[in-house]
Amino acid sequence: MSDKLGVIKQIATWSLLLSFMTFSAVAANATNEEQHDMDHEDNHAAEEEKFEAGKWIVEHITDSYEWHILSVGNMHVSVPLPVILYDQGEWHVFMSTRFHHGNDAYKGYFISDDNFNAGKIVRKDAQGHEVRPYLDISITKNVFAILFSCLLLILVFISVAKSYKKTEGHAPKGLQSFLEPIIIFVRDDIAKASIGEKKYEKYLPFLLTIFFFILLNNILGLIPIFPAGANVTGNIGVTGVLAVFVFIITTVSGNKAYWLHIFNAPGVPWWLKFPIPLMPVVELMGIFTKPFVLMVRLFANITAGHIIILGFISLIFIFGEMSTGLGYGVSIVSVGFSIFMNFLELLVAFIQAYVFTLLSALYFGMATEEAHH
Amino acid sequence: MALINPGLGPIIWMTLALLIVLIILKKYAWKPIMNALKEREESIEDSLRAADKAREDMKSLKLDNEQLLREAKDERDAVLREARKIREKILDEAKEKANEEANNIVASAKSRIENEKKAALVEIKNMIATTSIEIAEKILREEFKDKKKQASYIQELLKDKRLKN
Repeated sequence: MSDKLGVIKQIATWSLLLSFMTFSAVAANATNEEQHDMDHEDNHAAEEEKFEAGKWIVEHITDSYEWHILSVGNMHVSVPLPVILYDQGEWHVFMSTRFHHGNDAYKGYFISDDNFNAGKIVRKDAQGHEVRPYLDISITKNVFAILFSCLLLILVFISVAKSYKKTEGHAPKGLQSFLEPIIIFVRDDIAKASIGEKKYEKYLPFLLTIFFFILLNNILGLIPIFPAGANVTGNIGVTGVLAVFVFIITTVSGNKAYWLHIFNAPGVPWWLKFPIPLMPVVELMGIFTKPFVLMVRLFANITAGHIIILGFISLIFIFGEMSTGLGYGVSIVSVGFSIFMNFLELLVAFIQAYVFTLLSALYFGMATEEAHH
Repeated sequence: MALINPGLGPIIWMTLALLIVLIILKKYAWKPIMNALKEREESIEDSLRAADKAREDMKSLKLDNEQLLREAKDERDAVLREARKIREKILDEAKEKANEEANNIVASAKSRIENEKKAALVEIKNMIATTSIEIAEKILREEFKDKKKQASYIQELLKDKRLKN
């Protein structure tokens, strides 16, 4: 049931995302054309001031090599982050300030404007094509946010664990009493309910970790000020890693009944398995589609929410460019909608953490379920 | 495109970070927390069970008390009943005894009276006899002052005697 709901939701969010992407693409195209016109007029100052909503939104929800905080006129305030590259047998470590907010090249490396590698460090090869360095393990905005949230998780839960030792046999206190119902919820309503009384304990640490990791990063993603505000759970790489962990654990802990169900599902007519192994192929695909769906659902939900909020905010600037008064007028509506969306996103933050963990637990439960046919 | 092209860097960092967090939290957070939760739940369960047992015990104790009270009451009633019975018995016996005594007294009195009466009668008889003898003596004396008369009477008597025989 929840799976079905999730699928529907996912479709909805994807279509929303797609519509926004087409909108932003159209907007980007439009501005590009205008840019060309302006290039003809040699009016670079005007070009700089032109607001491109699509580009602006994508910039805000994608990764970057510096943590931009605010810009006043031509002055940009941002937290510089280290760039770590391994290319052509050499390590390059330097601060992202060398790029001067993407305007300069350093040691031949610069931040691409190209469609595919947009926002990433590239260099020009002999043919003049943009190529990515061999290995780019820079501490980007998202990496910094991941490390920060991991540190926060470790600090918070070790302190909670300590307070359990301190208040042994007594009622929980402070942070402990806030987190305890959530921990118990994950244990009883997610792990125990989906995996079963006997085997849930093995998977509980992983489920608790991903639940709190996703929840924390969803919430941090809604706070717009450094060190929060990076779109970690809206990064498909991050959700992909989470999904791969789920995939590995599911596959490794799959028992005989699980594999039997995939390759020779009982209760299925034989002609669906032989001579064309239709069901086994579908089931085998299911092994991969399940974590893939996990990855896309979380990414799309969080990214869509951010895009909607940023869309409302960008309306202010779009109308502000037409006339200042109109911008102020629209800002009232936009801020109202943004506040509403933020509350909705707060709800989504919890729901998506819950859904991801619940589905992971269900997959683990499927993999370890005893044969009952 | 940048949206679905996260690059290898974040993926490597994310994998590393998640693994480390998983290991650290598993060892230093989830294990103690889960153990503490389990222990607490068990202790709560035990306490609840103990409380239930205590309540049950109390109930049975109360029942016992009631039973005891009822028994005591019954016993008291029985004792009272017994006492009443005994009293009645004693009273009855006493009455009977008294009656008997009275009867005895009456009987002895009667017999004494009888005896007295008899004695009195005997005395009266004796008195009457003596008196009548005296009277008869006196009469006889009076009668037999005259010698002739005596002789005639004897004659007469003798005659009668002869005739009769």
